[in-house]
Amino acid sequence: MTSVATGLRRVGAGTLRAIARVGFAARFFVAVVLQTPAALRRIQLTAREIYFAGVLSLVVIMVSGLFVGMVLGLQGYDVLVKYGAGDSLGIFVGLSLVRELGPVVAGLLFASRAGSAITAEIGLMKTTEQLSAMEMMAVDPLARIVAPRFWGGVIAMPLLAALFSAMGVFGAYLVGVRLIGVDDGTFWGNMQASIDFWPDITNGIVKSIVFGMAVSLIAVFEGYDAHPTAEGVSAATTRTVVGASLAILALDFVLTVFMFRGLGNT
Amino acid sequence: MKRTTLDLWVGIFVTMGFAAIVFLALKVGNLASLETRPSYRIEAEFDNIGGLKLRAPVKAAGVIVGRVESIRLDPKTYEAVVTLRMDKDYQFSKDTIASILTSGLLGEVYIGLDAGGDTAMLADGARIAKTQSAIVLEKLIGQFLFDKASSDPASTSGAPK
Repeated sequence: MTSVATGLRRVGAGTLRAIARVGFAARFFVAVVLQTPAALRRIQLTAREIYFAGVLSLVVIMVSGLFVGMVLGLQGYDVLVKYGAGDSLGIFVGLSLVRELGPVVAGLLFASRAGSAITAEIGLMKTTEQLSAMEMMAVDPLARIVAPRFWGGVIAMPLLAALFSAMGVFGAYLVGVRLIGVDDGTFWGNMQASIDFWPDITNGIVKSIVFGMAVSLIAVFEGYDAHPTAEGVSAATTRTVVGASLAILALDFVLTVFMFRGLGNT
Repeated sequence: MKRTTLDLWVGIFVTMGFAAIVFLALKVGNLASLETRPSYRIEAEFDNIGGLKLRAPVKAAGVIVGRVESIRLDPKTYEAVVTLRMDKDYQFSKDTIASILTSGLLGEVYIGLDAGGDTAMLADGARIAKTQSAIVLEKLIGQFLFDKASSDPASTSGAPK
């Protein structure tokens, strides 16, 4: 009987902790957003974070985009040509990159490349009591440390996703047109005929902005909330990568349901 | 890192990002085409539009001259009313025939325009008088089988005695 009660008590405590954490994360989000003017007033701090989150992620994003596009070109052509639709390669590659793969894969890479770094940095600042020291000097760490990192990530992410999609389309062009020999005009012409700036490309950009906010928020929150120990920081970094990746995939499904359902009718 | 170097890199990054968005918009998407051009609208009524979709192309002699903007059902005549958004550069005569066609057997459905000889042109909001509906493949096959059965004496009156 007591073991049942103990088990129930554990479940209860776990649930309450989870709810409290979600509440803390939501209040943290509001607090960070309220510090936006501080991040904008000292734009140099945000620019530095755009450099760390964006510029340093350029290589991995562009190379991945190129290879994803090249593989899409090869595999897509292989399947499409069976149905005599090899000319539709441009549509297939363009739509899948712009709508889904660009924002999602760039977001996953961004979470592991930049999100983990942000968490580790803030977590280590907390462990070495730099955040407390700032508070002692009446400098708000939310304004000075957290908000610039958050907005740096939010600004960098859509640009990275667009670069990923563009490199992917270029990779597919290299494989499809240069290597396999799909007609140049057909490739671009069909692509332009079936991909609209509104809603296809704009929805992809909206997705990447939402992913950027989710990843950046999770990264700064996990860093700020980390246990101030070596294990705590490492656990927080892991939680950032896992949590942000899952958040991207879940949000992607939800956003896709809202954005693209109903496009097919009439 | 020096502040100017950092600014330079961020500048390069942001420029590249926006260049990628512009590339997606212009080269991958079709922002540069029809949408921004001046246009006018004409309507056409069809008995059956088949698989016609919104934003399907309107072609004359194979050249895209417009897009399908809206499709609705006239509640009185039970005919489909299709609104076409046409490029202002292309004017069509009043006796133009609009027909719903398919490119290839499984290709996209589009509206083909065949210009007539009338000197008066279709104005904004005008309605095309002559239209030809979509050919529904199932009906065609059904009709073919029906005709075959009724015209072939061997199959209806049985084998010769």
